[in-house]
Amino acid sequence: MTTAVRARVASTLKYLSLIVAGLVVLLPLGVVLLTSLKTSDELAAGSGPLTPPGDWLNLANYVTAFEKGRMAEAALNTFVILVVSITGTVFIGSAAAYAIDRFDFRLKKLIVALFLFATLVPSITTQVTTFQVIDQLGLFNTRLAPIMLYLGTDIVAIYIFLQFIRSIPISVDEAARLDGASSFTIYRKIILPLLKPAIATVVIVKGIAVYNDFYIPFLYMPDQGLGTISTSLFRFKGPFGAHWENISAGAILVIVPTLAVFLLLQRFIYNGLTRGAAK
Amino acid sequence: MTPVSSSLRRGPAGGPRPQDGARHSRQRPRRRWRQRLTPWLFLLVPLALLITFSYVPIINMIVYSFTDWDGVSPDYTFTGLENYVEIFTRPELFRVFVASAYYLGAAVLQIVLALYFATVLSFNTRFRNLFKGILFFPYLINGVAIGFVFLYFFQEGGTFDTVLRLFGIGGEHLWLGDPDLVNYSLAGVSVWRYMGLNFVLFLGAIQSIAPELYEAAELDGANRWQQFRFIIVPSLRPLIGLTAILAISGCLSVFEIPYIMTGGAGASETFVIQTIKLAFRFNKTGLASAAAVVLLVIILLVAWVQRRIVPEERVTS
Repeated sequence: MTTAVRARVASTLKYLSLIVAGLVVLLPLGVVLLTSLKTSDELAAGSGPLTPPGDWLNLANYVTAFEKGRMAEAALNTFVILVVSITGTVFIGSAAAYAIDRFDFRLKKLIVALFLFATLVPSITTQVTTFQVIDQLGLFNTRLAPIMLYLGTDIVAIYIFLQFIRSIPISVDEAARLDGASSFTIYRKIILPLLKPAIATVVIVKGIAVYNDFYIPFLYMPDQGLGTISTSLFRFKGPFGAHWENISAGAILVIVPTLAVFLLLQRFIYNGLTRGAAK
Repeated sequence: MTPVSSSLRRGPAGGPRPQDGARHSRQRPRRRWRQRLTPWLFLLVPLALLITFSYVPIINMIVYSFTDWDGVSPDYTFTGLENYVEIFTRPELFRVFVASAYYLGAAVLQIVLALYFATVLSFNTRFRNLFKGILFFPYLINGVAIGFVFLYFFQEGGTFDTVLRLFGIGGEHLWLGDPDLVNYSLAGVSVWRYMGLNFVLFLGAIQSIAPELYEAAELDGANRWQQFRFIIVPSLRPLIGLTAILAISGCLSVFEIPYIMTGGAGASETFVIQTIKLAFRFNKTGLASAAAVVLLVIILLVAWVQRRIVPEERVTS
């Protein structure tokens, strides 16, 4: 084989593999989209999964899923939990990182070790006893349960902030201190604004995790009125049984906001995850 | 993970500053006291949360693991190592690790695929960003939605069977009902879901390699495979090591997808699903705690091995 032929074959194989991978990703999603647009009669008549729907604009399933699935309520619950826990994580994580990096105090090594060890313990292993703690604090079946857990068990954010605070020169703090600024003022007026890129990273990593989390709301907020996006969708299993047209519409409803945010913030999401994971 | 301890720096913030003598001596005790207190004010809330939601549960879990507590009644008795003996002697409790093996296989496949696509897409390729977005997007999708998407995909006579028929592979399979197939199906879903994350991490690392290295290699007559073998793989080694370790602890703690798709029934039951069932359905809190302690020890061992194999400085780039 000449080099030119070989290069052509390699290039063809490369694009072929990319196209196959693209299809593998998109096919399961595409089929669900098609099904969400079909009527229950169409499905009962044996419409194959790859057959297009009779009416491309049939949105009746979405209305059913949205109303009967209580998706408006779920979106609101998720939004409240998302905003409170992300805001809290930013303040708690940056305050802890500030204290650890900028001060010398007794027991510092111990405290750093406590935070470090906690990252190694997967929260799923301690769920049985975490449940008892939440229950005893009277937080079971309240929105505070997931909020406190997202705040309390997110040690990764502290590490991301620590990385960034290290790159802020201490001379900046010193200059402010000479001008009479207190530690709190330095934290609020100098450190926090300089941490913006780290905050963006934490917001993205945390936002994805909270929006998609199933386990914590499922275990700690079984109440019907406290459904999040994940648990409300999970409940579709019951009332809709084998009504795949409704379940599909529900799944698409949950995926679309993610897709919109992804398309808008692509670059930041890639960067945020790379930073968050390489921390 | 970066060692915080290794780079603890003595900040000058705590040190005394030159002041004129009289004021200095008068304010000294108060100032000292405030300086000593300041870091604790910043740490108050983070520490309280850390202790309440990480350390209290861990300590309780270890204590309960030596008891016969049912999680409800006010009293319990200490039973020594009985729970641990039960875990290691009842084969049906250990069987759940079989399912982990499938996910471990999936993790290997996932890393290989991620490496391949990251390499291909870091060189000149048409529609690069489009392919990058498509391959990565599943990672962002809600787990429950993924569960439903694949429940539908794997139905008998459903999408997967239909596609296979297009390629001449006939028949209807119980992808999720057949104990011999269910774990392949579920592990496949986990490849579909998580490959994109590894891919993006590898891609980021490959792009941080200095382009001069490739140029120099090309001048020396190295082909694409040699560039991959001698430039890309060595520079990704720390990240691959980290990913592999995360994959091991990940495949031990699989919960969401099998729970949503099969309810964790039969062969698809994983360690975590079993623990949760023991605790919340059968009220065997003591036994469930012991199981969780075993899992925790395994994961800590894996993390320890990782720190030995991959020196930390090289992980952060």
